Amino acid sequence: MSGLTITEKILARAAGADVVRPGEIVMARVDLAMGNDVTAPVAIARFRELGVERVWDPSKVALVPSHFVPAKDIASARLGMTMREFAREQGIEHYFELGRGGIEHILLPEQALALPGMVIIGADSHSCTYGAVGAFSTGVGSTDLAAVLATGKIWLRVPDSVKFVYEGRPGPWVVGKDLILHVISQVGDDGCAYQAMEHTGPALRYLSMDSRFTLTNMAIEAGAKSGIIPPDEVTLAYVRSRQEATGRHLPFDVLASDPDAHYAAEHVIDVSALEPQVSLPSLPSLAQPVSTAERVRVDQVFIGSCTNAKLEDLRMAAHVLRGRRADPRVRLMVIPATQEIWLRANEEGLLQVFAEAGATVSTPTCGACLGGHMGVLGPGEVCVSTSNRNYVGRMGHPSARVYLVNPAVAAATAVLGRLAHPDELGVEPPVLEPAAVGASEGGAQGDGAGGADARTGGGGA
Amino acid sequence: MSVLEGTAHVYGPNVDTDVIIPARYLTSTEAEELAQHCMEGIDPEFVSRVRPGDLIVAGRNFGSGSSREHAALAIKGSGVACVVAESFARIFFRNAINVGLPIVECPGVTEGAQTGDRFRVDLGAGSVENVTKGRTFRATPLPPFVQEILDAGGLMPWVARQLAREREVRVGVAPEEPAQADWRLD
Ligand code: SF4
Repeated sequence: MSGLTITEKILARAAGADVVRPGEIVMARVDLAMGNDVTAPVAIARFRELGVERVWDPSKVALVPSHFVPAKDIASARLGMTMREFAREQGIEHYFELGRGGIEHILLPEQALALPGMVIIGADSHSCTYGAVGAFSTGVGSTDLAAVLATGKIWLRVPDSVKFVYEGRPGPWVVGKDLILHVISQVGDDGCAYQAMEHTGPALRYLSMDSRFTLTNMAIEAGAKSGIIPPDEVTLAYVRSRQEATGRHLPFDVLASDPDAHYAAEHVIDVSALEPQVSLPSLPSLAQPVSTAERVRVDQVFIGSCTNAKLEDLRMAAHVLRGRRADPRVRLMVIPATQEIWLRANEEGLLQVFAEAGATVSTPTCGACLGGHMGVLGPGEVCVSTSNRNYVGRMGHPSARVYLVNPAVAAATAVLGRLAHPDELGVEPPVLEPAAVGASEGGAQGDGAGGADARTGGGGA
Repeated sequence: MSVLEGTAHVYGPNVDTDVIIPARYLTSTEAEELAQHCMEGIDPEFVSRVRPGDLIVAGRNFGSGSSREHAALAIKGSGVACVVAESFARIFFRNAINVGLPIVECPGVTEGAQTGDRFRVDLGAGSVENVTKGRTFRATPLPPFVQEILDAGGLMPWVARQLAREREVRVGVAPEEPAQADWRLD
């Protein structure tokens, strides 16, 4: 019998079993359940229909208004009210009000609520993001969330795991976003359907937590059930720093895949050969190097979303935008992912850089990412975005076209008014500090100018 | 189990939830209201064309993207009796089962299919027939536990029954056959 992957170990433990195998259906204990302002109100209605009075464990529920906040109209104000009232009635303390929260997938790890070894069920498809801390984490719909609220359990089919081994050292301007866009272009939009993507390999030591969150965030764009990075010293340093910062010291489990674990497939990616990527309309899998893509004119540049609006992302964009201005024909919008990131970016002067470049800088919200409000695209408009989906109609009118890129490419594009590689501006690439201690062996880069903008310090560490 | 027969609305691969129900309508949670905009992003005529009992027949990865259950609700609300696709994205798959929208995974089903074709779906026998084109396809059977949820009428009725019986849902591994709710507990 082969060993177990980290995913199988987490699910076995949650199901009270010694061993689980791919394809088996388990009923698993949930450690953290999350709903947002789109999905939670429907879940709350289902929960009420069931006639159960109390949620199974209010301390394990997080409710995060993120999509249509600040309320864009009366209907969305009602969604907010439903959540708020439910949180009060049920004694759910992890309800994150405007100005104290942000986008759930960045917020919950920052709040030391999403931790290694947990089973996390989120009623939002990008709930796979939490896998970056070494949790099993997947997105579900509202009825599934309602069942979890009532019982604390969820049925899951144990997924096959697929292993991605990253080798080499990422070149200039290459971050987590470029790795995952490249991977999706290789496996396809449903290439990992129903599977767990496990990211491993020596190159990960160069990836900060902020970059790693991007890697797991887009598992769903490959059709995967989950993405996971087995915890290493980078993970643990981040988790401890967040526990210190928040004073929340929940227990967690550091698990690893067995050396003889079985994988449905294994892919090796040499990241030193990668360039910044762009996904063309209208599928994330249509990724290619920015250098070879057509230089389309753009109407809007969006630097935001759970994919790329963390501190490292904002530092990277500000590094390119400092002392420059967005092209007069471009609307540039920057939306930090959480209140804490907003505050840090403000302290570091990044928000000033954006505003001086002619950007609108807003309070944390999903905003333009899902075409709900705050930057909806009109017919035929072109947007370069740091978010995760460029589907038809995703950000507004069905004839609008969206290109997905990393924050440095988005910033350079805003300046030149067309899709652009940051090298075209003659900006020195940021000096990325190795994320892991000892990762600098064999080729540390000097401490060049602009390094302060680009340090990858493990999120809000 | 029932046999469904109706007119098909045929789509290609990767019909995502953003085209099934664009985000701007997500402030509603009512199936009837959502149904007014069903498939708007890919087929603006769908709403005026669809009749109760029609079927959606689509390529692989149907329902990809967002977790919005609103997509399954919008389709159900528009009177569609069943969605047959070459494959489904997993969250949509769960949502459809959970809200009681019949779905059938059926590799090859879009071959030669056109909107307007008559389809007959035999849920019990696991067969899908394109009556107009005279072709029959085999559906992929559901895992027994998933079938059990569908038979209960969706996830909420399943949970209600379970709570009434045992006061809790117990953890464990589902036995492969039969799919009754006694879990293998280690
Ligand atoms: S930022 Fe975009 S992708 Fe992320 S949770 Fe919000 S709407 Fe979804």
